[in-house]
Amino acid sequence: MTVVDPQQRAYVASQAADARVNVELETGGMTLNMGPQHPATHGTLRIVVRLDGEQVVEAEPIAGYMHRGYEKLCEVRTYPQVTTLVNRIDWLGSFANEVPFILAAERLMEVEAPPRAQWIRTILFEMSRIANISLFLGDMGAQLGAITPVFFAFRDRERALNLIESATGGRFHPNFDRIGGIKDDLPAGWVEDCKDVMGRMRDFCDQIETLLMGNEIFASRCRGVGVIPADVALSYGLSGANLRASGVDWDLRRDVPCGLVFDQLDWKVWTHPDGDSFARYWVRLQEVRESTKMIDQLLDGLPAGPIMAKVPRIIKVPAGEAYVETENPLGAMGYYVVSKGDLVPFRVKIRTPSFNNISIVPWVMKGVYVPDVITILASLYFILGDIDR
Amino acid sequence: MPQLPGLVKGLGVTFRTMLKPNVTVQYPHVKEEPTPRARGVIALKEENCTACMLCARECPDWCIYIEGHKYLAPPRREGGSPRQKNALDRFDIDYALCMYCGICVEVCPFEALFWSPEFEYGEHRIADLLHDKERLGEWMKTVPDFEAYEAGSEMKPKKVPR
Amino acid sequence: MLLHAVQLAYWQETTIKVVVILGMIPAGALILGYVFLMKMMSFMQSRLGPMEAGPYGTLQLVADGLKFLQKEDIFPEKADRWVFALAPLVVLISTFLLFVVLPVGPDLIVEDLDTGIFFALAVSSISVIGVLMAGWSSANKYALLGGLRAAGQLIAYELPLLLAVVGVVIQAGTLSMQGIVVAQAEGSIFGFDAIGSPYIITQFFGFLIFLAAVQAELTQPPFDMPVAESEIVGGYQVEYTGFRFLLFFMGEFGTAFAFAGIASVLFLGGWWVPGFEPTDNILNWLGPIAMFGKVMFVAFLIFWVRFTYPRFREDQLQAFAWKVLIPLSLLNILATAVLKVAF
Repeated sequence: MTVVDPQQRAYVASQAADARVNVELETGGMTLNMGPQHPATHGTLRIVVRLDGEQVVEAEPIAGYMHRGYEKLCEVRTYPQVTTLVNRIDWLGSFANEVPFILAAERLMEVEAPPRAQWIRTILFEMSRIANISLFLGDMGAQLGAITPVFFAFRDRERALNLIESATGGRFHPNFDRIGGIKDDLPAGWVEDCKDVMGRMRDFCDQIETLLMGNEIFASRCRGVGVIPADVALSYGLSGANLRASGVDWDLRRDVPCGLVFDQLDWKVWTHPDGDSFARYWVRLQEVRESTKMIDQLLDGLPAGPIMAKVPRIIKVPAGEAYVETENPLGAMGYYVVSKGDLVPFRVKIRTPSFNNISIVPWVMKGVYVPDVITILASLYFILGDIDR
Repeated sequence: MPQLPGLVKGLGVTFRTMLKPNVTVQYPHVKEEPTPRARGVIALKEENCTACMLCARECPDWCIYIEGHKYLAPPRREGGSPRQKNALDRFDIDYALCMYCGICVEVCPFEALFWSPEFEYGEHRIADLLHDKERLGEWMKTVPDFEAYEAGSEMKPKKVPR
Repeated sequence: MLLHAVQLAYWQETTIKVVVILGMIPAGALILGYVFLMKMMSFMQSRLGPMEAGPYGTLQLVADGLKFLQKEDIFPEKADRWVFALAPLVVLISTFLLFVVLPVGPDLIVEDLDTGIFFALAVSSISVIGVLMAGWSSANKYALLGGLRAAGQLIAYELPLLLAVVGVVIQAGTLSMQGIVVAQAEGSIFGFDAIGSPYIITQFFGFLIFLAAVQAELTQPPFDMPVAESEIVGGYQVEYTGFRFLLFFMGEFGTAFAFAGIASVLFLGGWWVPGFEPTDNILNWLGPIAMFGKVMFVAFLIFWVRFTYPRFREDQLQAFAWKVLIPLSLLNILATAVLKVAF
């Protein structure tokens, strides 16, 4: 179509320009890729969000950027080697990763760790919970813009990590649990240092509560955001503090006894009736406080005795299957160990809490604003190593 | 309108923290001491090693390289047969691969490997992170004595062979 | 002082003034950046901050500046080149013009306009255009989001800024900055005139509203949605690297310095020190020092809030401006007007 008259040409051009503007102003359907490199996702999680203005229409998490092939690796590693590797799944509370695996292997071998080993295991288990969740307390503030609580969290978490290092040798990867007990006993003076550190962790919890949780801006950002009702939470397989914050009274430490000594302690499970982000933060804060009290009781009641049961030097686990699930800092972590009587497990299936925790992301993100996406992700608290293994 | 108390108390927390002394340790001018059990580097006592290869086998990363040979040692008494002994030719640990898991130290039946809390051995070239027998032997000087155990323990601390 | 002694031609005077202001922007940014961003923030977070570059890390920002200068000048492929390049300059122009009416002594002001504070508030709005230019021309969805948020926020918080100042103007009876300082110097509180009448006492709520609005104008937490680091990774500044980012940074801290200066003029008495007459020549020497101290105090308040609070969401931010700050500032004006007439 040729347009010879300049005026007509100008008219057609302006019509075309108008059409372009109208198309560009169509706001529904902007796809925002909160890509693998993003400060808000704890690692390399990719969330593809479709926005309408500032509201989310659809959100889809795409995990797998950190897949390291744990379950396949476990098929070609002996049991002590698997214990070492498994530390790295949830790297913030890493002792807690070893425990269900060792308990499953102990169940297959029909061996029970002596009492002192069980108590020390429980102490380190709770210590890993404190290390993990105290980071969350600071980190959620950072996602929301408060840059100071993170430093307080790291400062006080250092003390817990130093304690773990003085007992096990590794701050982040203890590699301390063994089939039949633990590797080594506690060094002299550890109990006293531990009590001191627990006192400081309680001070830190109070400080965080005043600085962050009591802050009205924080409350207005978190209350009512990302409400997950109890039945939806259960149907999506949430676990841990996310489930307890929706009002479901569910804690594997109390309900499913395994090789840890929670039944001999006096403690309570914290739940919250709302299911919003504030409730998840609140429940985790109370959990840290409760853990410090539990560790104090454990330290007082530590029995004397050996730390290792009679176990052969080369460990060959008899054939069979065992599934043990424990209440890890992030949720319910379970190992399904299938053994054919070899030095190596035949198959290890790792049920990680964060994988199920983020399955609720498409459901909970409908209709929220972009800043609330960050709030909800921060409050669901996942770790990429836990999702992707 | 948000009530003020929470906002004001938060300001108080940061103000008080500002006035308190700092926790920062200014490395490298001031160095913190890691705990004696800290897993910094592995030291080798060559005299105790018999090249049994257990550590190389159990290492999850296969970062220990051992070469040895057998030789005939003179008999212990007159008239006896010569004894076959292992001699260690090469014992390298590649710290670029090492996971610091400690399985090798634990599994050694002859008390030849020890943990040392030394951690300042960074290099400019990755190939320099392969510590050979002599260097591993030098780390023995930095191995601390085993600590006493907490009350209630049935274990006695072992001695580090010097 | 010098200006009394030597009669300079107009162009010489203007050149000196321009050079002084051009020097004040990076100097102010450096001082504020070092003292508050590096050191105060670090102490509040229980750490030491930069200590290696220069004694106690004083040269850290200089090192940062040099680092920025030697970076590659990157243009995103789809970005609109001219708009992209001009955006930080527009923001800096508004900062530059703010210093024109900032008095640091009885004779030390670039231009004593009769409508001083009105001029200052008017030119501070120019930065909105710069921000929008940056966001729109970056060809990046995150930048666009940030730019739009910034536009809404900055325009919304212009009003409380203005209305808080109106209370001061009513009390002082003049729009000129020097006039406001003199009014505070010569005023008295219920007959007690040893410290004059700094408007922070009589206009306390105005001061708080002004500080909140300044916090929002500088896009600092708790109002830093446009540059929400953990969400949209830098907002409208995300595509800016190297020297252009340095210009934004200097603009932000230079504007903080300028607004802290304006706040100390309006509410803390500016360059006047109790015990002297407003026309004393000694104040040409003491004034800048007093002014600097007051600017540090106001900047301390601004940065203290910045490091403590999480950020508002965009709709909460707007609600705070329109539903809380503006009615309060209108009430403040009403009360001031009534009391001014009554007393």
